[in-house]
Amino acid sequence: MSQFSQVFQFIISGLISGSIYAIVALGFTIIYNATGIINFAQGEFVMLGAMMMVTLTAVSLPVPIAFIVAVLATALIGCLVERLAIRPVRGGSPVALVTITVGASIVLRGAALLVWGTDYQPLAPFTDRPPFFIGGAVLLPQGLWIFAITMLLVILLKAFYHYSLPGKAMRATAANRQAAQLVGINVDRMVLGSFALSAGLGAVAGIIIAPINGAAYDMGMMLGLKGFSAAILGGLGSSAGGILGGLSLGVVESLGAGYISSAYKDAIAFVVLLLILFIKPAGLLGRQKNEGL
Amino acid sequence: MGIVALLIASGLVALLVKNAYYISIFNFIAIHSLIAIGLCLLMGYAGQISLGHAAFYGLGAYTTAILTTKLGWSPWLALPAAILLTCVIAYMIGRPTLHLRGHYLAMATLGFGMIVYIVMKEWLSLTGGNSGLSSIPALSIAGIALDTDRRFFCLASLAVAGTLLFSANIADSRAGRALRAVHGSEVAAATSGVDIAGYKLKVFVLSAGFAAAAGFLYSHYVKFISPQPFDFKFSIELVVMVVLGGAGSVWGGLIGAGLVTVLGEALRNFGNYDIIAFGAILMLVIIFLPNGLTGWMQHFRYLRRSRRLAVTPSIEELK
Repeated sequence: MSQFSQVFQFIISGLISGSIYAIVALGFTIIYNATGIINFAQGEFVMLGAMMMVTLTAVSLPVPIAFIVAVLATALIGCLVERLAIRPVRGGSPVALVTITVGASIVLRGAALLVWGTDYQPLAPFTDRPPFFIGGAVLLPQGLWIFAITMLLVILLKAFYHYSLPGKAMRATAANRQAAQLVGINVDRMVLGSFALSAGLGAVAGIIIAPINGAAYDMGMMLGLKGFSAAILGGLGSSAGGILGGLSLGVVESLGAGYISSAYKDAIAFVVLLLILFIKPAGLLGRQKNEGL
Repeated sequence: MGIVALLIASGLVALLVKNAYYISIFNFIAIHSLIAIGLCLLMGYAGQISLGHAAFYGLGAYTTAILTTKLGWSPWLALPAAILLTCVIAYMIGRPTLHLRGHYLAMATLGFGMIVYIVMKEWLSLTGGNSGLSSIPALSIAGIALDTDRRFFCLASLAVAGTLLFSANIADSRAGRALRAVHGSEVAAATSGVDIAGYKLKVFVLSAGFAAAAGFLYSHYVKFISPQPFDFKFSIELVVMVVLGGAGSVWGGLIGAGLVTVLGEALRNFGNYDIIAFGAILMLVIIFLPNGLTGWMQHFRYLRRSRRLAVTPSIEELK
C-alpha cells in the first residue's frame, strides 16, 4: 500500500466514525439549545437504536421498517427521559441537572443489560455487496450509507429548523424562552420535542454504525463521550460546529491511531477535548455564551 | 462533637467487630469518604462538579505504588510526592477552566479521567497494564506494621476524622463563607471582592489532594492495584455518594460513602446489575431529596424548631 493510499484510507475511516460523532454532537446541541442542559444520556440513545435494530431485524422485519420503528421507539424513550427525569428537576442547580442525566444514562444502560445481556451482537450491512476500492483505499458499502444518511439528516434538520413551524418554534425557544412563551409557544412541548428529536438522531447514529462496529449494551458511553467532545470542539450550541467538530475529531483520531499509537486511540478524543477547553473553550465555531450547564 | 462520636464509634468497631471481612468494608468506607468529603467541598461549596475524581484517586494510588515498588521509596516519603503530583496536575486542569463561567470543569475532568484510565491500561512498562502492580508494601508506624484489617482501620479512621475536622474548619472559615457566597450569587460575591476563580481552584486542588491521599491508603491496604477501580464508573459512584449524603455538609461525604460502599458490597453478587441501582438511587435522590440526606435531616430539625416557636404562649404563661 502506497503512502498516499494509506493516508487516504485513514481519512476515509476517520470520516466514517466522524459522521457518527457529528450526529451524536448534533443531539447534544439540540438539547443544549432547548434547555441549557448537557445530556449525558445522549450516548445511550445511540446504543438503544442499535440494539433495537438488532432485535427487530432478528425477527425478520425488513430493514427500512425496522429502521423507522427503532428510531421512533428511541424517540419515545427520549420523551420518557424528559418527563420522568428532567422535568421534575427543571430550574434546579446545574449540579442537579448534570447528575440527573448521568443517572438516566446509567439506568438506560442497566435496562439494556437486563434485556440484551453483555454479548456483542452483529448486524448485517444494509446492502450486501463487495467493498469499493478508491485510490488504493477500501470503502465499505456501509460507509457510503453512513455518509449519505448523515448528509440527509443534516439537510432535513436544517429544513426542519428553518422552514417548519415546530422547528421555528424550537429555535425561538432556544433564543429566548420567555419571549417564546409570550408569543404563545408551548415551551414545555418544545423541550419534549427536542428530547424526542435528539434521541431519534442518536438512534439513527447507532443503527448505521452497528453493521461496522457491532452493538452492545455498553457501546453508548464511549460514542456519547466522543460525540460530546466533538460538540465542544465545534462549539457547543452550534450545529455547523457540531458537524465540523465530529468530522475533524474522527479524522484526527483515525490518523492518530494509525501514525502515533493504536493503543491510545480512545484517548485522542479526550486529549483534543482538554486542548480545546484550555485554548479556545468556545470551540471552533462557537460563541462565548455557555452559562450554566 | 460529631468528630468525637465518630472516633468513639470507630474505636468500638475496631474492638468489637470480629469478622475481618466486615472490618475491610469499614476500611473501604473510610478510604471512599476521604474522596467524598473533598468532593463535597467542591460540589457543595464551590458549586462545581468533577466527573473524573477517580483519576486523582488513581494517580495517588499509582504514584505511591510505583515509587515504593520500583524505586524502593518509603511509603511515608511517597505520600507527599503522590499528593503533590496530583495537586499540581489538578491545578493545571483547574486553572484554565475555572475562570470561565459554566461547567467547563465537569467536561475537563471527564476527559482527563478517561485519559488517565487509558494510560493506566496501556503504559505497560510503568503501570503493568491490566494486570496491574503487586507486592506493594504495607504501611508501618513506629515499627508496627499495619498489615491486618484491624490495625489499618485505626489509621484509616484517624485519617477520616482529621479530614473531617480540617474540612469543617475550611467550611466555617473566611474561605468557606466566600465560597457559599459564590454559590449564592457569583456576581454579588465578585462585587464584594471575593476572588471567585481563586477560591474555586483552591477547593478543587484540595479535593484532588484528598483523593490522592485516599489512593495512597488504598494502594498500601490492598497491596495490589489495577486500572479497574479507577474507571469512569467509580467517578460516577463518587458523585452518587456526595449527592446521596448531601453536599451542603462535609458529613454528607461520610454518610454517602458509607451507604454507597455498603450497597456496592451488597450488590456485588449481581455482577454488572449494580449500576442500575446506582442510577436509580441517583435520580430518585435528586428528584425527592435535592439536598441529600444531611440536607433532609437539617430540614427536619428546622421544621421541629419552627413548630416549637409557632406555639404562642398564652397570657397566663407570660405572667
